[in-house]
Amino acid sequence: MKILVAVKRVVDYNVKVRAKADGTGVETANVKMSMNPFDEIAVEEAIRLQEAGKAQEIVAISLGVTACQDTIRTALAMGADRGILVETDAELQPLAVAKLLKAAVEKEKPDLVILGKQAIDDDANQTGQMLAALLGWPQGTFASKVELGDGTVNVTREVDGGLETVALKLPALVTADLRLNEPRFVKLPNIMKAKKKPLEVLKPADLGVDIAPRLVTLKVQEPPKRQAGIKVGSVAELVDKLHNEAHVI
Amino acid sequence: MSILVIAEHDNVALKPATLNTVTAATQLGEDIAVLVAGHNCGAVAEAAAQVAGVKKVLIADAPHYAHQLAENMAALVVGLASGHTHILAPATAAGKNTLPRVAALLDVAQITDVIKIDSADTFVRPIYAGNVLATVQSKDAVKVMTVRGTAFPAATVTGGSAAIETVAPATDVGVSSFVGQQLTQSDRPELTAARIIVSGGRGMGNGDNFKLLEDVADKLGAAVGASRAAVDAGFVPNDYQVGQTGKVVAPTLYVAVGISGAIQHLAGMKDSKVIVAINKDEEAPIFQVADYGLVADLFAAVPELSKELDKLKAAG
Repeated sequence: MKILVAVKRVVDYNVKVRAKADGTGVETANVKMSMNPFDEIAVEEAIRLQEAGKAQEIVAISLGVTACQDTIRTALAMGADRGILVETDAELQPLAVAKLLKAAVEKEKPDLVILGKQAIDDDANQTGQMLAALLGWPQGTFASKVELGDGTVNVTREVDGGLETVALKLPALVTADLRLNEPRFVKLPNIMKAKKKPLEVLKPADLGVDIAPRLVTLKVQEPPKRQAGIKVGSVAELVDKLHNEAHVI
Repeated sequence: MSILVIAEHDNVALKPATLNTVTAATQLGEDIAVLVAGHNCGAVAEAAAQVAGVKKVLIADAPHYAHQLAENMAALVVGLASGHTHILAPATAAGKNTLPRVAALLDVAQITDVIKIDSADTFVRPIYAGNVLATVQSKDAVKVMTVRGTAFPAATVTGGSAAIETVAPATDVGVSSFVGQQLTQSDRPELTAARIIVSGGRGMGNGDNFKLLEDVADKLGAAVGASRAAVDAGFVPNDYQVGQTGKVVAPTLYVAVGISGAIQHLAGMKDSKVIVAINKDEEAPIFQVADYGLVADLFAAVPELSKELDKLKAAG
């Protein structure tokens, strides 16, 4: 079977982001970018399925500016077979990404599509569900375990009260949660090899998709700052303050 | 404005997050319908009809709604969408699973984790792990959004007298089925609804040491939470996790024990009213947001806290 994995280039998770002074967005100039952590987990899962002999080919796809090629190369260095970049400078919202991915799925005809459950920049947690909807495929979101069967996939999902397992008919879509796996480190020889792997570049227009944003961002600002309070010297003082000063216990 | 709220429930009782979502809906308009889709879920519909502010309850009862799988839920909601200007669900695992699917089928954007309603088309939501707030305006005919429960008070569970209408179930889509579940059993309050939360991090050392926190939690009537580090280390189940990728909580009192305070954790708890940090590292970032900080070894401080709470109780 063939697996398509979608990866996003985002501000590195360790960076403390700042809103621009004019409120139009966040500072991304000269900020470290890397693959969205949930997408690394998605790539790792695809590779593990291939290593288990359950998948033949892994295609990694990313959408956005030219620099997203780096993100695809990272996926190739981890073990994906080839890459596709849908190149655009335009702002892409989840619905537009889902439509572009749908066009790519129709072109590539994978049996399984794996995405991260959310990107750590927009925190939307939508694209996978939207793509599944547009394709009419079943979805296994927030996956912590994926078991491929014959024509089906069982997905264990992280839900609010614990875990839930669903059986999906293939082709299906899975979004990865943090606990699905531990992504591997990329080794230098694999980075060199990844440079030789094929990477196709497409434009949204090639896929015939309207990517106009549906939401207008009016303002981006920092939330009210929380001030550090006081340090107490003992547990007894802490309990006293909570009882007599804060009145919370 | 005609608003459809999708109820979250387990076929027996309405989940509290639904009540916060109803409050958000009342900020948009008065014509509020609540959809209860499930199997043998009449009691939930009865409860929803009592909720203050709800004008109508729609009940869709069929075996294929028993576990509210997204494929069937989305098909049902899309069928009911016409005539509604807003479709809301709590930003819980269930709401986040279903609503983007609904939005895509309606060809509209979805707005995740709304924390403030500025007007019928303008909403505020956190991005970048809550480090930035974005105000967004929707140009779509139907606004489909999930609501962050902790940002809106719960609607009163009595005082309403909504009519209950039965809606015909949509046909079973048949591409997915429920296999089983493993729910965490606990007598303590639910994390997202608790007034007090005691959370542990990597500093707890192992799962057994969480008993120290459970002891304090029981004396306070608190829920027990955890940081991602504690969950990943296997100390506690993952549904304990508070943070960007876990649950977002805003209790009256949040006690962080052995938690350094990474931005991903702060995203899940920094709207708590009072934050207490107990950590032996006085440089830990958690102290930058804590109202009361205690630099101490938790293995000495937590048992002492337990004793002090006993004294407090004895003193009345």
